[in-house]
Amino acid sequence: MKFFRRNLIRLTRAPLPPEMKDDPIHVRIRDLHKSYGEHHVLKGVSLDIHRGQTNLIIGPSGSGKTVLMRQLIRLENPDSGQLIVNGIDFARLEGLDLAAMRRTFGMVFQMSALFDSMTVFDNVAFPLREHSDLSRNDIRDRVMDRLAALGVAAAAQKLPAQLSGGMQKRVAVARAMILESEILIYDEPTTGLDPITTEMVDELITEAEEMFGVTSIVISHDMASVVRIANQLSFLHEGRIAATGTPEELLHTDHPATAEFIRASRISLG
Amino acid sequence: MPDAAPSAPATPDKTSKLRTTARDAGDWLLQLLLSPFVEIGALFKLLWESVFWGIRPPYRGRLFIGAMEFIGIGSIFLVSLTAVFVGGVLALLLVDGFRDFGAENQTGAVIGLALAREVGPVFAALMVTSRAGSAMTTELGSMRVTNQIDALVTMAVNPVQYLVVPRLVAGFVMVPVLTMLFNIVGVMGAYFVAVGLLGLDPGVFMDRLKWLVDWDDVAQGLIKAMVFGVAVTLIACRQGFFAEGGAAGVGRATNRAVVQSAIAILMLDYLVTSLVLGQGFF
Repeated sequence: MKFFRRNLIRLTRAPLPPEMKDDPIHVRIRDLHKSYGEHHVLKGVSLDIHRGQTNLIIGPSGSGKTVLMRQLIRLENPDSGQLIVNGIDFARLEGLDLAAMRRTFGMVFQMSALFDSMTVFDNVAFPLREHSDLSRNDIRDRVMDRLAALGVAAAAQKLPAQLSGGMQKRVAVARAMILESEILIYDEPTTGLDPITTEMVDELITEAEEMFGVTSIVISHDMASVVRIANQLSFLHEGRIAATGTPEELLHTDHPATAEFIRASRISLG
Repeated sequence: MPDAAPSAPATPDKTSKLRTTARDAGDWLLQLLLSPFVEIGALFKLLWESVFWGIRPPYRGRLFIGAMEFIGIGSIFLVSLTAVFVGGVLALLLVDGFRDFGAENQTGAVIGLALAREVGPVFAALMVTSRAGSAMTTELGSMRVTNQIDALVTMAVNPVQYLVVPRLVAGFVMVPVLTMLFNIVGVMGAYFVAVGLLGLDPGVFMDRLKWLVDWDDVAQGLIKAMVFGVAVTLIACRQGFFAEGGAAGVGRATNRAVVQSAIAILMLDYLVTSLVLGQGFF
């Protein structure tokens, strides 16, 4: 029991030092490399993720967006480079320190990745049951509050398969947010959704940022979302960040591949 | 002096093509020869991780009970049904065969021994493979391809501890329980056929059975059942846990899990029997 307590304490995030809260850069990615055999996918990605903003990483299929996402949350280990989150190099952490640091992040997967054998309520309660010693009533209250804030409280007892794509995304956001993570990563959140649901998901990302003050990292190739939600935009091309800046800056970039991608998307800030 | 005639370019091309083909064939052959060892290595790695994470808290009792219910309680009907018919057909064959030289009185003894040592654990494990093993692979495989296992990792929950350990423990505990059930129901099936249908003396059937079969034989069967229980759940979990390639990939993983489990049961059966009997492996 003592061992369990100790683990639980280590898994509880330490409070953020005040000077970190004022640091406008939440995550510093420096010279990140990842290869699979002879296939060099990330060839030195360097990027700043801005605190409390929606940071979009766009790029064509095969540019390494999903690979970058998997390194960001340490689903895979980068070959080299740094991932500095709140002053700590996340890329070098192991064991319980890594597990504790993972709680800084919440992840919303492309297909939501809700546990299909659990109800919506149990899905959202899952991280609390695993990582907190809250009472059953406290867990219920917190989960229902979060579901209500995201407009899916009525679906609490339904299974994920009984929900629409947009509702599943809302539940996935609620689950990712329940431990009050500082950074939310969305992997291709609008891929395969109809235009109305796409707009709804974009609104949801903005809502989550405004309501809970999180830093959002959105990995996408949907340029329409850029106009709606991005504060910061980065273009990933052939394993490197080819251009980065505000959406206005990138829409007028003279970087050939970025300009071509934007032109092909027929997007303007109009 | 006239220029030398240009050499035909086809020859070096052909040689390099042949060399490439030979190298590819060599690689393929080497891969084929090494693949069983790679698979066994991956299984032992998963077993080691399961032991490592299994002894660490938190202990999720609800998951262990759920896995035991799924593997054990859920297999009772299938194991009982097959046991009745296996016991029955053994009785048919043995009474018929032993009658030729007047030894049908030994039917109960031979059936009891065969069930306790061999048939019970092997059949119970095969039934668990076909019912629970394939379902476990499909469930874990679906979780893998829909990122549910990745979601566990991002929530700082170790997926081996959460998904594999309860199933392994359930296999280790419930396959021996199902083996005992198979033995009891199998003897009942054999008794019904030998005594009820073929007219063997009931007292002689039971007396011979008790005379030949002792607790060592039952224990030998249970040891095998424990080994099989771990093996089939480990194979099922390994195939599901590392499935890739969407729905088709999950299907292939399930197929591999069933085939590998059946082969593993029979190979381990020989191995454990030879160890228990002290006769050497080969």
